[in-house]
Amino acid sequence: MSDESLWTTFLNASLINNFVLAYFLGICPFLGVSNKLGTATRMGGAVTFVMLITSVFVSGINALLAAIDAPYLGLISYIVVIASAVQLVEMFIKKTSPALFRALGIYLPLITTNCAILALALFQTNRGYGFLQGIVFALAGGAGFTLALVLMAGVREKLGLAGIPDVVKGTALALILAGILSVAFMGFAGLGS
Amino acid sequence: MSNGSDGLPTATDDFLKGLFRENPVLVQVLGTCPALAVSNSVRNALAMGLATLFVLVASNAAISALRKVIPSQVRMASYILVIATFVTIVDYLIQAISLDVHKALGAFIALIVVNCIILGRAEAFASKNTIGRALLDGAGMGLGFCLTLVLLGTVREILGSGSLFGVELFGPRYQDWVIMVLPSGGFFTFAGWLLFFNWWKKRRSSRSVGTAALAGGAR
Repeated sequence: MSDESLWTTFLNASLINNFVLAYFLGICPFLGVSNKLGTATRMGGAVTFVMLITSVFVSGINALLAAIDAPYLGLISYIVVIASAVQLVEMFIKKTSPALFRALGIYLPLITTNCAILALALFQTNRGYGFLQGIVFALAGGAGFTLALVLMAGVREKLGLAGIPDVVKGTALALILAGILSVAFMGFAGLGS
Repeated sequence: MSNGSDGLPTATDDFLKGLFRENPVLVQVLGTCPALAVSNSVRNALAMGLATLFVLVASNAAISALRKVIPSQVRMASYILVIATFVTIVDYLIQAISLDVHKALGAFIALIVVNCIILGRAEAFASKNTIGRALLDGAGMGLGFCLTLVLLGTVREILGSGSLFGVELFGPRYQDWVIMVLPSGGFFTFAGWLLFFNWWKKRRSSRSVGTAALAGGAR
């Protein structure tokens, strides 16, 4: 059991050690769906939801695996839970908002292979977060991911109107932007301590 | 970029295409998370690259061998399970070989499961081809990944710590570029290499065509 306060956990996961900008987790959707502000926000929402479900199940799985003394099955069971959660979200979005379903495209099923989510499960286990702390951690991680995505989308929407040399266009530009954002987030170090 | 590879036998091409022409990180921009996260020193980059290479080759072979058995409706879940099994093996293997490396790589060994390169090759190549070709493809892509990681790691370690493989390169008066070993340095280094390869490809294509008018087609 970790004895961090819930507020510290939240600050830590959302700002100081932002999943995307400090741990390089979930870079693929970060670069892929950060073209439009609207899509970015909803992608963030979907990821946060999957994180929440994963965190709840991981608490259960860890208790079960400890009971049957089989820690080596951890990785495999996490990934199965994540894949099922993503399937659930996919069906839900397809039913409620076909437009969003099309906008997210391939990146929706790819949430399964979003490292941010599996990393959440692993960090939660390694740091010994309990049930409640796990939920706060998942919310904070999702909020941090959404924040990074929204900031990036805002900058990229503006840059769409700027004159950019051909060589830099695309991924290279996005990476330079991400680097600058990451420098900015380093300013949060030491917050709340 | 397709000229020149047409004459090669397919086996060589299966292997070589992953190294440069279809390099998983620099050209397809897959697997960027581990490429950025563990490339702050060459040693970590190499360890990560080799671990991924092993998982890629093993899972490609296993999935190719099972391609007639796995029903297409549950293929993704089956691939992930195969990959997760090999990653668990690698995780315990590295822990047994070197505890230092295991600590430095941390959660990123387990995160090989969600490396898009591996699932991507399983879906795009191994599920459709024979075991031999899948093995070559896995080895090529894995080496390409390894190579890119070492490229990133070299730049970041030389600039960020003034050393290579832990050996000091410059005198004591060298001021480390601390930002290069921090997360933002990873983004900048990766952007730098991408810019370099974009520029190089463009120059090559505009030279071979001879007219500047078609240079825009490089991207």
